[in-house]
Amino acid sequence: MQLETIFANVSAGRRINDAEYLMLEKEADLHQLGFLANGIRQAKHPEGLVTYVIDRNINYTDICISACKFCAFFKAPEDETGYLISFEELKEKISETQDLGGTQILLQGGLHPGQTLEYYEEMVRSMRATGIHVHGFSPPEICHFAEISGLSVKRVLERLIASGLGSIPGGGAEILSNRVRQLTAPRKCTADQWLEVMEEAHNLGLRTTATMMFGHVETKEERLEHLRRLRQLQDRTHGFTAFIPWPFQPGNSVLTDIEKTTSYAYLRMVALSRIYLDNFDNIQASWVTQGAKVAQISLSFGANDFGSTMIEENVVAAAGVSFRLSEKEIRRLVTDAGYTPAQRYMDYTLVA
Amino acid sequence: MEKYIYNAGFGRILEKVKAGQRLSFDEGRQLYNSTDILALGYLATIVRNRLNGDNTYFIYNQHINYSNICTNLCKFCAFGREKGSDLAYEMSVEEVKQKVRDRLDEPITEVHMVGGIHPDLPFEYYLELLRGIKEVRPELHIQAFTCVEIAHLAGLAGKSIEETLNLLMGAGLGSLPGGGAEVFSPRIRELTCEKKLSGREWLDIAQIAHRTGLNTNATMLYGHIETIEERLEHLEALREAQDKTNGFLAFIPLSFHPNNTGLSDLVRTTGVDDLKNVAVARLFLDNFPHIKAYWVMIGPQMAQLALSFGADDMDGTVKEEVITHMAGAETEQAIGSTTLVRLIKETGRIPVQRDTLYNVIEVHN
Repeated sequence: MQLETIFANVSAGRRINDAEYLMLEKEADLHQLGFLANGIRQAKHPEGLVTYVIDRNINYTDICISACKFCAFFKAPEDETGYLISFEELKEKISETQDLGGTQILLQGGLHPGQTLEYYEEMVRSMRATGIHVHGFSPPEICHFAEISGLSVKRVLERLIASGLGSIPGGGAEILSNRVRQLTAPRKCTADQWLEVMEEAHNLGLRTTATMMFGHVETKEERLEHLRRLRQLQDRTHGFTAFIPWPFQPGNSVLTDIEKTTSYAYLRMVALSRIYLDNFDNIQASWVTQGAKVAQISLSFGANDFGSTMIEENVVAAAGVSFRLSEKEIRRLVTDAGYTPAQRYMDYTLVA
Repeated sequence: MEKYIYNAGFGRILEKVKAGQRLSFDEGRQLYNSTDILALGYLATIVRNRLNGDNTYFIYNQHINYSNICTNLCKFCAFGREKGSDLAYEMSVEEVKQKVRDRLDEPITEVHMVGGIHPDLPFEYYLELLRGIKEVRPELHIQAFTCVEIAHLAGLAGKSIEETLNLLMGAGLGSLPGGGAEVFSPRIRELTCEKKLSGREWLDIAQIAHRTGLNTNATMLYGHIETIEERLEHLEALREAQDKTNGFLAFIPLSFHPNNTGLSDLVRTTGVDDLKNVAVARLFLDNFPHIKAYWVMIGPQMAQLALSFGADDMDGTVKEEVITHMAGAETEQAIGSTTLVRLIKETGRIPVQRDTLYNVIEVHN
């Protein structure tokens, strides 16, 4: 197998297999990966738009029974400094978001041991009453709700949808490999469970995103395993709107001795994802972890979406990383990179 | 991959770059006007590989800014202060010596020392600074005083530039840094730093230094009010000067940091602009041996990326960087050589610890 053959295949729009992925990973240089990924991005988005969503990230609680080693955000249930926000506070945050032109709330929280499914249904209902789109509850939360309620994942999803849940964020995927999860997040839902939640959600008509948190204890084969499982599921359901790779932020976590993923490694991963995930329409840049400059550069390495304005962000900030970007600044960065900025909804339809 | 370069409209430039031919002003403009940073990076890497192979340099150095008191008070500067104002400072020769003494246990090979245009420190002070540093650590290479300071010192000494440089060299000066070049255009200098040495004078002094046996660097401060043409005129003037004297070691594009400056309403440079300036410089300045990605200015992340866009040098370990940090730089003030080595290695290049004149001290294979 030759690199040149892979280049020709990718340029012709053909899917790469695992061996080809590993060869690119090992032998292609940054420019080559960039050219390939950018070509795919152009083919998928010939109009030259770079989209973004105006939303607020609300973390309804930091109390969590999962205690993942890579997390700097959670508080153990017995820790009295943990919080659970009131519905009143939620509504205020939503109102502020709407005032800023926001269209959705990214709602995620810890796995709280003391609340019922009815509580979360009520939470979604009260949010939905404001008219905002609720992009909420990543698969580990859904699995947790199934556990505390004794209901099936499908039943939990149906009830949340009936309460007004609009879509599901792709968080908690971390690395979809049981070895890695055993090492870093043994109490979190398994890779199979994560995928099962997404498949059920897609079958029930919910769109979702998918993430990958890389750059900790995983091998390159395990990253590939993660991508492979996402691609296989997407072939069945076509329910994923976007893939969002971001590097592990070691600050304040149990894994602080791990070196932070560099910008170079980040761009390579963005490009490799763009090349491998041929059935994903969108790849998001992660300015929250990379900063404005590197995120802007990632637009040349396969990313076609600038993510969210993140009116509020708590999880990455807890790891000591705090970048801030206004909508105006996102638009400037996108324009400066030669693209046209466009505000979108969760499902990637454009805001008129 | 060449097909991509042709499709991007850079076929002619690719051919010239591969043949080692010099790019024209118009070709420079075409590069600057493009947003295709992949193509720019690819082209610049051809030149970088030809001149430096995989070698990627860094230096173990110490920055000392002896005073921020300055009569020029350029609009883009957050460092300079009027004498007597808050935050104004000047170090005694003893204080500077102490700073060098404080780090005797570190494998530093260079002191990088610049300061403001001080209204009343005598010429003798500057000679004493050099002698003092050499006294504490004789083997150090002292890279000090930009062309702007050299002009000022010549005025203080009442001597020609050449005679002044000879006196400074006698006291221990080893080379000149590249600062103070800003953008050579008279229009830009009039609008941003009207009291500063003109671009022509800067170039003259650099060339006199080269003829006197001193190597120097060159910089360009981009991302404020300059046009693409003014950037290219700047690069062209440097290229011409280098053709005559061949004394420039490295070109260092400096990204403008607006905070706390007289131009604070301007926005920061973008990642695309940072990489573009590295790549265009590498392509246009065909007679400069090195292009430096100064991580203090653009951050270690962007500096690492710059290595794939034409840069072959990450500058140094640096400590106590004041000038850029007063303008709101959010970068660290020092990164260890271990980090530099890791950043370089990860890009598939060879980290080479160098001295000021690019002699190899250690290859980190």
